[in-house]
Amino acid sequence: MRTKRFGVAAIALAAAGALILSGCSTGGGGDEAPKGDATAIITTDGTEPQNPLIPTNTNEVGGGKILDEIFAGLVYYDAKGAPVNDMAESIESDDATTYTIKVKADQKFTNGEPVTAESFVKAWNYGAALDNAQLSSYFFESIKGFSYDVNVPELEGLKVVDDLTFTVELNQPESDFPLRLGYSAFYPLPEAAWEDIAAFGENPIGNGPYKLAEEGAWEHNEKISLVKNDDYTGGRKPANGGLDIIFYATQEAAYADLQGGNLDVLTAIPSGALGTYEDEFGDRSVNQAAAVFQSFTIPARLPHFSGEEGNLRRQAISMAINRDEITDVIFSGTRTPAHDFTSPVIDGYSEDLEGSEVLDYNPDEAKKLWAEADAIAPWDGTFKIAYNADGGHQGWVDAVSNSIKNVLGIDASGDPYPTFAEARTKITDRSIQTAFRTGWQADYPALYNFLGPLYGTGAGSNDGDYSNPEFDQLLSDGLAETDLDAANKNFQDAQVILFKDLPAIPLWYATVNGAWSETVENVEFGWNSVPLYNEVTKTAAE
Amino acid sequence: MAGYILRRVLQAVPVLLGTTFLIYFMVFAMPGDPIVALFGDKTPNPAVIEQLRERYHFDQPFIVQYLLFLKGIFVGDFGISFSGQPVTEILAKTFPVTLRLAALAIFFEMIAGIGVGLIAGLRKGKFFDSSALAVSLILISVPVFVIAFVAQLVFAINLGWFRATVGPGAPLQDLILPALVLATISFAQIQRLTRSSVIETSGQDFVRTAASKGLSRRRIVPVHILRNSLIPVVTYLAVDFGTLMVGATVTEGIFNVPGVGRTLYQAIIRGERPTVVAFVTVMVLIYLVVNLLVDLLYAVLDPRIRYAK
Repeated sequence: MRTKRFGVAAIALAAAGALILSGCSTGGGGDEAPKGDATAIITTDGTEPQNPLIPTNTNEVGGGKILDEIFAGLVYYDAKGAPVNDMAESIESDDATTYTIKVKADQKFTNGEPVTAESFVKAWNYGAALDNAQLSSYFFESIKGFSYDVNVPELEGLKVVDDLTFTVELNQPESDFPLRLGYSAFYPLPEAAWEDIAAFGENPIGNGPYKLAEEGAWEHNEKISLVKNDDYTGGRKPANGGLDIIFYATQEAAYADLQGGNLDVLTAIPSGALGTYEDEFGDRSVNQAAAVFQSFTIPARLPHFSGEEGNLRRQAISMAINRDEITDVIFSGTRTPAHDFTSPVIDGYSEDLEGSEVLDYNPDEAKKLWAEADAIAPWDGTFKIAYNADGGHQGWVDAVSNSIKNVLGIDASGDPYPTFAEARTKITDRSIQTAFRTGWQADYPALYNFLGPLYGTGAGSNDGDYSNPEFDQLLSDGLAETDLDAANKNFQDAQVILFKDLPAIPLWYATVNGAWSETVENVEFGWNSVPLYNEVTKTAAE
Repeated sequence: MAGYILRRVLQAVPVLLGTTFLIYFMVFAMPGDPIVALFGDKTPNPAVIEQLRERYHFDQPFIVQYLLFLKGIFVGDFGISFSGQPVTEILAKTFPVTLRLAALAIFFEMIAGIGVGLIAGLRKGKFFDSSALAVSLILISVPVFVIAFVAQLVFAINLGWFRATVGPGAPLQDLILPALVLATISFAQIQRLTRSSVIETSGQDFVRTAASKGLSRRRIVPVHILRNSLIPVVTYLAVDFGTLMVGATVTEGIFNVPGVGRTLYQAIIRGERPTVVAFVTVMVLIYLVVNLLVDLLYAVLDPRIRYAK
């Protein structure tokens, strides 16, 4: 019943800031005394974590939201998404291949163990080893020694130098590596985790702004109670006493609780209330851009969609979609028409890249290009877009199909699969014979994260098997570039190629929709659609 | 009597085996790979998938998986969910919640349904009878989710009499509103059933005899009319209790009740085979037990019904 199935994808806090993190201040700004009650517990909505609470094995929002509050990584991301050193004293590299990471002294896990270089290295090794089958293992792919074929208990590229220093060697230069380090897969783990990792996943011990209220604080399917961790000294010090994350099966129920005064902060608005919630909650609501890109992919193996003919048809289809009207009518303005392949919250985003006019609604040009394609080989059959029917996608898929049908005068329709699992299985094993819905929620705030994993030759999530050597070259140039602006220029140029080839048809960016009650203040949503809970203040309960 | 019960219990064994097999097969045949779905929109590496399949025995043929499951049941182990929680624990946590909710709903619909039905039956064709008919027709024709949303909006959000959803721990006072909503569905049926049964019984000879003996109305109505009218109603209530116990998915979703229906729905969506099959197995058990109890209850209500050896 959840409407946002893309949320299952890994989420991460993000940053859009400087590449060289060593210079970052501890952040947080001036320490004004928070007005609220420093012991008040904030209630907010969540979903039952799909997996045990182990950082490297959590790749969906339900668990990610909890992990981000109870763990502190090397860096965290501020509201704008800029990275700020959290556990890291410094992260340095001359060549974007070997990084020297120094951990701050005197940091502690909530069981009293110190946070050391070892805490990171052991956790990363665990996450990367094939035998542990961790859902986020691909985050360690670029570290030297990583393998999908054999079990590697200790990565060659990770070396502990002293108590608080370790080095990371990558297979190739990747200048956005430091940006990734705020993602949950890179969190440290205490020694206590290795005694019984299964038990640890039930009662995790972290080093973040919050900790579990007690043994068994995770009441499955109901809620998890977190309280402030007084030992945490980083920039995310809570201005409240704790967090109660209530698990909801439907967004409707969570919304009703907010209306009924039982919930302080709501992070998603049910589709039925999207048109009205801003009137109802006024300045206690938010509708801002999120790092979520939505599209549909047309694999080149489909008839009529390869080579010159394919490019013409892709462009015609893209120009036949009236994105403005659909985002307005179907989503009540809670989606923003896409102008590129990334997201407006990412540093380096530009809405007028060369060739981006292919994303504008232009029926005449669309008809013309389609006719040109027909001259190469006449069109036959129906253009179908596959989607999972359990994710609330029918509305927009039908609208997009109708838009294509009306402009190009061809048969177009949605092709529903009953469950997300079924649709994903068909896409993964390449047996799907139609275009299909695709979405991407950034793991970390970098242009590359929207491009490399999706359109790089042979990349993990390249579901349409797109391959263009020129594009690949621009990506690796960008990664080798240690200057962020120069790197972003490469990634922008890479997108110019995508506008010509259109491996996926960009549709729109999602927005964060949230609202909060009168009892709380200072609610600010981060780039990753999650509020910065540590900043929320609550007036003392009456 | 004891022999009858024993026979019924023995009959339940093949039923249970058959249903678990069917359910297991259906969940197995459900299209789509739950392991792939674990990765969301990202495409997992085949090697990692292989590892996970092995862990959940998904790499074994169907019959092996089923036998492993059966073996687990006998040692009281229903497997573990994706989040690493033993399924027995999930069962132990959700069924009491749903039991409370179901009991409360049955209580409400019984009081209201039998009460209104009795009065309507005794005053056949009068104003009360016709209005009861009208009300039940309305309740029957409105889908339950509409009733649930309206009740939530009016009584919880606008009037503030109840919590909008069920709080953690599912305390009884939070369950009143969802129980009332659930009760409305069956209220209409029970009310109509009681009414027609009361009308029929009222026309029986023994009722007339009782009246001509000079017994007071106060004695005739509960002892002679109501008791004898209750047999079809009890059957219905029991079946309804079974239905409520296996979870009111929609209502539990709307009121966020951490019960059977909501948990099962989520497990189906996530493709958690152990959870789905364990829940359904327990549901089948409940159905069997409830049905046996109903049959035994007949004998209590109507001495003419006797179970031979």
